[in-house]
Amino acid sequence: MSAIRLDNLSISYGDTTVVHGVTLDIAEGESFALVGESGSGKSTILRAIAGLAPEWTGTIELLGRARSHGVERAVAAQCQMVFQDPYGSLHPRKTIDATLSEPLAIHGIGNRDKRVEEVLTAVGLDRRFRFRFPHQLSGGQRQRVAIARALMLEPKVLLLDEPTSALDVSVQAEILNLLKRLRREQGLTYLVVTHNLPVVSFLCDRLAVMRHGRIVEVAAVDLLKREALVEPYSRELLAATEGRAGLLDGVA
Amino acid sequence: MSTRDWLLEDSPHSRLQANAGRAYRVFTALLRNPLSVLGGLIILILVLTALLAPWLAPYSATGQDLANRLAPPSGAHWMGTDELGRDIFSRVIWGSQITLTIVGLVALISAPLGLLLGAVAGYFGGWTDRVLMGITDIFLSMPKLILALAFVAALGPGINNAIIAIAITSWPAYARIARAETLTIRSSEFIAAVQMQGASPLRVIVGHVLPLCTSSMIIRVTLDMAGVILTAAGLGFIGLGAQPPLPEWGAMISRGRTFILDQWWVATMPGFAIIIVSLGFCFLGDGLRDVLDPKSEGK
Repeated sequence: MSAIRLDNLSISYGDTTVVHGVTLDIAEGESFALVGESGSGKSTILRAIAGLAPEWTGTIELLGRARSHGVERAVAAQCQMVFQDPYGSLHPRKTIDATLSEPLAIHGIGNRDKRVEEVLTAVGLDRRFRFRFPHQLSGGQRQRVAIARALMLEPKVLLLDEPTSALDVSVQAEILNLLKRLRREQGLTYLVVTHNLPVVSFLCDRLAVMRHGRIVEVAAVDLLKREALVEPYSRELLAATEGRAGLLDGVA
Repeated sequence: MSTRDWLLEDSPHSRLQANAGRAYRVFTALLRNPLSVLGGLIILILVLTALLAPWLAPYSATGQDLANRLAPPSGAHWMGTDELGRDIFSRVIWGSQITLTIVGLVALISAPLGLLLGAVAGYFGGWTDRVLMGITDIFLSMPKLILALAFVAALGPGINNAIIAIAITSWPAYARIARAETLTIRSSEFIAAVQMQGASPLRVIVGHVLPLCTSSMIIRVTLDMAGVILTAAGLGFIGLGAQPPLPEWGAMISRGRTFILDQWWVATMPGFAIIIVSLGFCFLGDGLRDVLDPKSEGK
């Protein structure tokens, strides 16, 4: 069964159509990347799947069930998102504990203390961070909290919107390793939006190159690693990021 | 481990400790500002005076002593007596209860009302926003004191109606602030994150948006309290607020107006009380702004 299936998906903000007729099929357990320059509509696809960009036509199927346009509680338990900016995605007046307990409270799940501690351990945060406020944490620690929050409801699909681009290079590597480990341990499906091709080759199985709201090419990550992408635009994008290829050398 | 260490601990062990620690940091930051300390002290004295009025006041607030009318300030009557021989000092002390009641009730009614309406309008946008803000605009377009006057005239004079009238006229300002703040908060990613978790609009507004509006609201309410006291005094002055023999400060000034040239203390003493308490609220509000403003807080 496919985890995410998009069929002829077009998304607009008001009168402007940002994404044009995108069709994609992402298998369960796969890690798929959407790459492209800014404004290519890759984040918008993520937001539509998450239910945060309600103006779309076509079909979005999550784990075999078509989703409606708004936010749905049933979807929330299956599919969560990690945002780009760890400084903006945590409520500044809530402790880590409150942020992590909130999804459980919304869905009426008990045994919150135990679950919060479990997830904190899973994302590699010491329990002494539990009652701190976000401003008492570093960027990398905040992103770990954001990932922990996404995992609270034990979703099958994780949408990652440039999960490392707001972080230092050394912290980026930590977070990427964490994401890789979590996927292995919990059998998650990833849909990653990024403009960083080394992240793609490290974390993903397949990728789609996007330009002006359309998919230019879908390829296995091997082709990216061998620099054997077919479309001229993909090669151009690859050449443009060549200078940063050594970025993730330290990542195991 | 001392209480202070417990409060300032870097890694709190419980919800209670985390929140107490934050409150303690706000409190100590407030203490570093001498003016806000002064404001806080004035408010504290006002509250204590109101609570302890029966023990503090040397005379009854309403007991007349016609033989001793319009006596100047002296050892027996610290602030002199008024035209019915009542001790002005005792009346000012009893009047603090009325002032505090007005201030407290107005804040309790108008701040939550404005906060909720503003947050709902800002969060939902569209028609909800237009209708709610239209109503707010109508209230805002009328001068506060005149509107309060009209309400009191319609409801009848008296302290309770004055409170209602002031509350009705002061919520629109809070609704505006709450709406403006909500507009910036609702597009942030932490709100998107709770929406994605399936939270209902009520939960998002009450649990996530309002906590961020409250600090600017507390600041604004504190600063507005001076205005509320003055409006109440104004209503009392023109005879539509507290009715005699209630020792309301504005009404007392109004009574003293007749003797203002020869017996200056009758109008001046309650006037001082109004000025000092208004200043106290202003100082405290300014201090709170420095401490609570999210923008000045360490990120």
